[in-house]
Amino acid sequence: MITLLSHLRTAPWSAKIGMGMVLLTLIAAVFAPLIAPFGETEIAGDVWLFSSSTHFLGTDSLGRDMFSRLLYGARNTIAIAFLITFLSFVVGVTLGFVAATIGGWADQLLSRMIDILMAFPTLIFALMVLSVVGTSIPALIIVIALLDSTRVFRLSRAVAMDIEVMEYVEAARLRGEKLWWIMRHEILPNAMPPLVAEFGLRFCFVFLFIAALSFLGLGIQPPAADWGGMVRENAGAITFGIFTPLWPAAAIAFLTVGVNLIVDWALHVASGLKD
Amino acid sequence: MAYTRPGCRIASGSILFDGQELFDGSASLLRSIRGARIAYVAQSAAASFNPAHRLINQFAEGPVQHNLMNFSSAEEKAVTIYDQLLLPDPENIGYRFPHQVSGGQLQRAMVAMAMSCQPDIIVFDEPTTALDVTTQIEVLAAIKDITRKYNTAAIYITHDLAVVAQLADRIMVLRDGLLVEENDAREILAAPQEEYTKELLSVRTFSTKGNKDKSGNKVVLDIKDVSASYTGTEDVLSDINLQIRKGQTVALVGESGSGKSTLARVITGLLPQSKGSILFKDRPLAPKLKPRNREDLQRLQMIYQMPDTALNPRHTIRKIIGRPLQFYLKMNGRQREKRILELLDQIELPADYIDRYPAELSGGEKQRVCIARALAAEPDLIICDEVTSALDQLVAEGILKLLLNLQRELQVSYLFITHDLTTVKAIADEIVVMLNGRIIEQGPKKEILKPPHHEYTDLLLSSVPKMDPDWLDRLLEKRVLAAAA
Repeated sequence: MITLLSHLRTAPWSAKIGMGMVLLTLIAAVFAPLIAPFGETEIAGDVWLFSSSTHFLGTDSLGRDMFSRLLYGARNTIAIAFLITFLSFVVGVTLGFVAATIGGWADQLLSRMIDILMAFPTLIFALMVLSVVGTSIPALIIVIALLDSTRVFRLSRAVAMDIEVMEYVEAARLRGEKLWWIMRHEILPNAMPPLVAEFGLRFCFVFLFIAALSFLGLGIQPPAADWGGMVRENAGAITFGIFTPLWPAAAIAFLTVGVNLIVDWALHVASGLKD
Repeated sequence: MAYTRPGCRIASGSILFDGQELFDGSASLLRSIRGARIAYVAQSAAASFNPAHRLINQFAEGPVQHNLMNFSSAEEKAVTIYDQLLLPDPENIGYRFPHQVSGGQLQRAMVAMAMSCQPDIIVFDEPTTALDVTTQIEVLAAIKDITRKYNTAAIYITHDLAVVAQLADRIMVLRDGLLVEENDAREILAAPQEEYTKELLSVRTFSTKGNKDKSGNKVVLDIKDVSASYTGTEDVLSDINLQIRKGQTVALVGESGSGKSTLARVITGLLPQSKGSILFKDRPLAPKLKPRNREDLQRLQMIYQMPDTALNPRHTIRKIIGRPLQFYLKMNGRQREKRILELLDQIELPADYIDRYPAELSGGEKQRVCIARALAAEPDLIICDEVTSALDQLVAEGILKLLLNLQRELQVSYLFITHDLTTVKAIADEIVVMLNGRIIEQGPKKEILKPPHHEYTDLLLSSVPKMDPDWLDRLLEKRVLAAAA
């Protein structure tokens, strides 16, 4: 933790900007009820109004305040995306490490199972499962997390295999350490940098994936605000030269860029290169 | 060569080569000189060759690049030089890939590559450090021969003075980036002026007087008729019989591939034996690692060749040394802290190292930490796998002295795996010589080192370089005569 903080201080300006951007979105999400001038689903004015002093970013297709919905949308989107990414990492990393550390049949079994899951295109698989089990938020989280954990599994298995052959892992085995200890204390700390970088990247992908699902009507259900869904609801406006749908799109881009700026830096640190 | 690694730069000074200034030379000037007129031979040939190209293509790259010859004449040239370097089958060896030739052959192929443009100077950067003694001789002889034949100047960088003695006309001793001493090779070896040079020269002569005879001690490890194989078909080890007594050091000697490290893997349980049994403290040891009890694991510890990879870079020294204490001896809190400090004191490291990470330690210090980690378990037997071969001489000597002192104090036994006979002479009580997975000679140090030897032991012993500038020439002459007779 201390080393992480000292890392933060030495971060390059690009990473600091990225952190600022992410922080800003987080603040918006956490304090949404305090900042937002209107409620999440409150119809506050006319349809598709331009920016004005009362409606900072105008209104949407039902006359709801765009700015307020963006803030509330940040809550839904970020919280769910974070939860999904976190879950997929818990599952993917654990299974990946188990496969790499035990090797042999365990590795074969897990890897082949993951291969089968990966053989389906993610979006189609998600559409299929979600239309069967229904589009509740828990279902959304579990389905996307599982699909995403296959990618995490691939990465963590590869990283762990490199570490697993080191002599300090052999020394731990000779000491008689259990599987869990080896994974937790010998492999995980050394696999951390690439995993952190991947976490940021996956977070963005999940985020875009939810947006895509929402756009297709299978993501977060209206009237709850989420950025992807907001683009969909207002997409028609663009043909009339009204740029309301660009605001949620811009918010998605904003967060994605911010996270990626941090990820770039994390990758740089992980590669061990000195400037 | 006016080349620096990233992060390093040549701050000031002048590098004159044949009247040309290289220090601030243009990239194209440097390009025309590097490889063509100044060539470089790296320490690890295995890491320096591109594994995806055949040797001869890599040989020809230099001359073709510098427009000195076309590919087919470069091929002919390669065959000539391979022949001169006494590589087997010089016509065809170039068409092999780097992994298809042995370490010594690869190192010679690299010398050949450096010779491809007939440069004025070759820089040899520890070209034999990674090789065992018998292969080292081949490479040294080849280098000496070919530099003589082509009248090439050579800069030979090494930490092994005995090797330098064979090759060099002049010796420069450096320390901490400063010149300590420079003189004619024979003069430096005969009469070193500076303290540091004397120290370097004296390394080879350290002995263990006052060591008691341990042949009556209790047997700690008893290996009976052990054979092992990796594939199940071909034995890597066959019929190994070996005993190690309490407080005794048994040295396991042999060149790379003789099965030394495999035996260590069998003893530690990483590779179950296919035949035979191992008794540890009079109780049979399970062949596989899993069923072994904690007591057995605790009493049998291992120290590795490369301290860099043997220590987890993300653990502090406290955690590295403290874990076996917690794991085996259930020590916690203040008691463990106290014991860690005691161990640090035993391995002669300051107490404030406890919060450091391995990256903040030197190679020798890291190896000391590895020793402390092994000692923390309070073992009866420590397997030392080439523990000094990655360290330079003075540091290695310190480690060996430490190991001996600890043995005297704690009565721990060592199985010392090495290809370095100087180390063996220094610390072993008994010597076991291995070749192709078999023990070909074993017994107390005095008997093994005294003639008559087994043929192979003799080869090993006579291959250790001596501080005598004429030693290599004489040895080669003798071997040629013996072969002719």
